Amino acid sequence: MTDTLPDKLETLSPMGRPLRRKEDARLLHGQTNWTDNIQLPGTVYMAILRSPMAHARITHLDVTPALSEPHVVAAYSAKELGDLNGAVPCVWPVTDDMQAPAFPALAVDKVRHVGDCVAVVLATDRNAAYDALDAIEIDYDQLPAVIDLESALQPGATLVHDGADSPGTNECYTYHLPGTGIPYDEAKTKADVVVKRRFINQRLIPAFMEPRAVVASPMGVSNEMTVWSSTQIPHILRVLLALVTGLPENSLRIIAPDVGGGFGGKLQIYREEILAVQIARQLGRPVKWTETRSENMVATHHGRGQVQDIEIAATKNGKLLGMKVNLLADMGAYLQIITPGTPLLGMFMYPGIYKMDAYDFNCIGVFTNKTPTDAYRGAGRPESTYAMERIMDELAAELNMDPMELRKKNWINHEDFPYATIAGLVYDTGNYEAATDKAMEMFDYDSLRAEQQRRRASGDPVQLGIGISTFTEMCGLAPSRTLGALKYVAGGWEHCTIRMLPTGKVELITGTSPHGQGHETAWSQIAADILGVGVDDIEVIHSDTGRAPYGMDTYGSRSLAVGGQAIKKAAERLIEKARVIAAHQLECSVDDLEYVGGAFRVKGDAEKAQPLAAVAFEAFSAHNLPDGVEPTLQAESTVDPQDFSYPHGTHLAAVEVDTETGKTTLRTYVCVDDVGVQVNPMIVEGQVHGGLAQGIAQAMYEGVEYDEDGNLLTASLADYLVPSAADLPSFTTSTTETPSTTNPLGTKGVGEAGTIASTPAIINAIVDALRPMGVTDVQMPASPQRVWRTLQEAKGGNA
Amino acid sequence: MIPIAFDYVRPTTIPEAVAALVASGEDGKILAGGQSLMPVLRLRMAAPSVVIDCSEIADLQGVRDDGNSIVIGAGTTHHDVMNSPIVKEHSPLLAMATATVADPAIRHRGTLGGALAHADPAGDLPAVALALDGVLSVTGPNGSRDIAAADFFTDYFTTSMAEDEILVSVTLPKLGAGWGYHYEKFQRTAQGWAIVGVAAAVHRSNGNITAARIGLTNMAPSPVRASSVETALSGADATVKAVGDAAASAADGTRATSDLHAAADYREHLARVITKRAVLTAGGI
Ligand SMILES: Cc1cc2nc3c(=O)[nH]c(=O)nc-3n(C[C@H](O)[C@H](O)[C@H](O)COP(=O)(O)OP(=O)(O)OC[C@H]3O[C@@H](n4cnc5c(N)ncnc54)[C@H](O)[C@@H]3O)c2cc1C
Repeated sequence: MTDTLPDKLETLSPMGRPLRRKEDARLLHGQTNWTDNIQLPGTVYMAILRSPMAHARITHLDVTPALSEPHVVAAYSAKELGDLNGAVPCVWPVTDDMQAPAFPALAVDKVRHVGDCVAVVLATDRNAAYDALDAIEIDYDQLPAVIDLESALQPGATLVHDGADSPGTNECYTYHLPGTGIPYDEAKTKADVVVKRRFINQRLIPAFMEPRAVVASPMGVSNEMTVWSSTQIPHILRVLLALVTGLPENSLRIIAPDVGGGFGGKLQIYREEILAVQIARQLGRPVKWTETRSENMVATHHGRGQVQDIEIAATKNGKLLGMKVNLLADMGAYLQIITPGTPLLGMFMYPGIYKMDAYDFNCIGVFTNKTPTDAYRGAGRPESTYAMERIMDELAAELNMDPMELRKKNWINHEDFPYATIAGLVYDTGNYEAATDKAMEMFDYDSLRAEQQRRRASGDPVQLGIGISTFTEMCGLAPSRTLGALKYVAGGWEHCTIRMLPTGKVELITGTSPHGQGHETAWSQIAADILGVGVDDIEVIHSDTGRAPYGMDTYGSRSLAVGGQAIKKAAERLIEKARVIAAHQLECSVDDLEYVGGAFRVKGDAEKAQPLAAVAFEAFSAHNLPDGVEPTLQAESTVDPQDFSYPHGTHLAAVEVDTETGKTTLRTYVCVDDVGVQVNPMIVEGQVHGGLAQGIAQAMYEGVEYDEDGNLLTASLADYLVPSAADLPSFTTSTTETPSTTNPLGTKGVGEAGTIASTPAIINAIVDALRPMGVTDVQMPASPQRVWRTLQEAKGGNA
Repeated sequence: MIPIAFDYVRPTTIPEAVAALVASGEDGKILAGGQSLMPVLRLRMAAPSVVIDCSEIADLQGVRDDGNSIVIGAGTTHHDVMNSPIVKEHSPLLAMATATVADPAIRHRGTLGGALAHADPAGDLPAVALALDGVLSVTGPNGSRDIAAADFFTDYFTTSMAEDEILVSVTLPKLGAGWGYHYEKFQRTAQGWAIVGVAAAVHRSNGNITAARIGLTNMAPSPVRASSVETALSGADATVKAVGDAAASAADGTRATSDLHAAADYREHLARVITKRAVLTAGGI
């Protein structure tokens, strides 16, 4: 009988199964608690007066007239708020001499971007609070706006920050990372071909579905200030709010209820959160604020925003020699939580999956009169992957080589792992050949190339283009020591506590903070597999510092790769404790016990067994525990990851470009991702689909536009085009499974992979379609007008 | 954002609605489906003192066959228009264009009358009403009158209706035998507004085009007829070449504007390309 048990267990294991998500029923039936649903007695609503100008001196500001408006309880500008006007912190001072200007919650004397917070009104009625904003008296003296990154660095440029402590420049920092190989200029001397390109990685708006919202209540349990916030980072927020407000950390409780998307846009401590807490404290009553979509476009941080000067050197046979990267990174008007570090998250990834002898990375952070930038899905890695995968195609064209052949010639072969890259990382595992072979077959690369030839030969007005992206990325932020070396002030560990209650039900307390990812299901699968209990017997508790006190939250595709390790370890520890109790009950030694099918069994004596739930009850009653064993059945683990994990994959896109109108239609998208061991393939697929949509959006649809005065032109969803399912084809996705060796579950991250990989695949495809007409680049987003103009210019150039 | 406070009334008859409009002075706004009005209110681009909700007025609803023409109540939703058997049979161009408006949720609320009264230069339906020589019936304190579509749309978001008039119905002559039709919409996202739209109805007999009616969306502050294309097509061969030649003048007489999604010269280029495509499809060429 024991012989058949492992088989049975195998079929019972929930790991690797596409289980439906536990959380979806409540999410889909509207039975959730979004922050905006929280209604506390005595609440006052906050409305914010925002700057309509990108850069101006405030010459007159008086909030007192607002006080006589109906329902108004209080109004503040920086003057009235005084010491409570806390500053938004930046936790990543990337260099010792970084320019880190003060960023008060309410602007003092000057506004620096459209949407900058100037004053607030608190009223017992939300609409009345908005109406009362009109009563505030304010005069501005408009200043020239700093918009273009290169002009911002010119001597004599208008300064975004011109206070007494200003260093007199819009440069925030300069960062240099030399590669681990020979100097780039030396590698270049051996080159037959050097390709240089300037790519514009445009600004994007995270555009999550649930706008930000916060409720701060000074009337918590005991002396607590309870803060509900639509955030990805309740734990980090607690520490930072304590530091910013001076409130004792142990009296702050942060709850992120169901959160409707974040994509990095809610990896932040926002000025509205600081204001809500400070004002709630002063008024002694709950303060609530919910962002409007119009506010969201100007006041939630933006992503990307880089000018990328890329140079790549190779031999005529297509062997890569070296790469040089010069970035200008748009910080926007202020530094938020990791604004300066975001471009640097890409600096290790420019070389991608390729071998080369030299690498040189330089980045200048630049202040502008625009909304601050910060992490957005992929944070730094989409930018690096875009630049690398784009220039590989340009190099292939220069060498007259098939772009896939060029990649094969230069990538790290599967037998080379672990592989120390030129940027200083060690990739643990990967198999680019396997993923590529699979993708090429699914895509039917050769027949698409044949169709492309036919269309070219016949002068079809609709041309076909094929785009490749063979990417890898680093995720699973991060070994705490590495973060320390990069001057990031916090660690990268994750925590899990598992409690088995006397009735046999399990509470799994995680420090990750899901906002759409399905952690409740996936975490249950991992624990159920080890504990031998049903997935539905586990309740995952998260995102509430009162119930889940330790954690580093959710971003950077870290939750499974890092948090999963803590779950595994805690579950194993719980079983070890239970084993001691069970051995005592069954009157045998712990070594005589095996744990199968949810019960401890005495080896060789099938009759003698004790289910885990029975052990839990014994641990609770504590009537008969072995000496030295403490009552209750729980275990915890806090794990610092040993290294990053490196998902990779091969993405292939076929687009049709209508040369008469410039309109691109994405016809086929095939991707094979290697995200290591999959806990729930359905969730993996969902993450890939959403990621692809966002990456494709950058390539074809989305892009922040400012005019020269710093007005946001894409200020509504009618102008900032977020594509919907109706715009996208059915994706063909698949996976290969090369387990990561940096964590015991063999998992890698998947949250950002699709976004990182897909953008260059699309642009490569569009350029591929039009290359015979002289097109060598199309700026993003590749709108019909832009593609049409690029074609006109290329034709003009040829004539 | 949040609208400025307003009063709200919901009349059930046309005279009551007109009375409410008159009573409000210049300050009342008719609410039909709200799909254009609500965004304007939320962005505080308008602040009417009273909003007159006309969605419960039975006389504004529905489609009827009126012999040589069909009559569509102003309050008929896009969804009902595009699914009406009468519209599908006698004015299929309208059904087709309506199906390109926004998405199903919006089409379930937004109305034909609201779309025409709103007169958005990027709206799809004004160009259709114009191409089909529609007649718009309005009612005010001094009674009712009919306005030809060609005289109805006067400027950006502006019509020849008086402040105290209500659009009651739209009359469209039936397209008889021999007519083909097509609405070609060029947009950036599947559910987005038209950058350029072309409403084409083409009559053919014996390998020739005998008549064509072409309305252009978003090529001027209000919809325009591509008259020179219509003239060139009348009597032309039903060939790709002839249609292409005729469509080359599609941008003549237009006043395209530049915005975030398209500059005027690109719009003009699109008008030529899209007109050609629309006519070819409408004419089955
Ligand atoms: C996201 C989105 C996308 C859209 N995309 C498109 C698109 O692609 N193509 C397109 O054509 N339209 C589009 N629309 C607009 C849509 O067609 C609206 O339904 C239409 O423009 C207005 O109709 P309504 O019934 O909602 O009017 P309302 O919004 O209620 O009213 C609009 C205006 O018309 C006036 N009005 C309404 N009815 C009357 C009447 N009977 N008499 C006098 N005045 C009246 C109102 O006072 C108001 O000024 C879109 C709307 C949205 C929100």
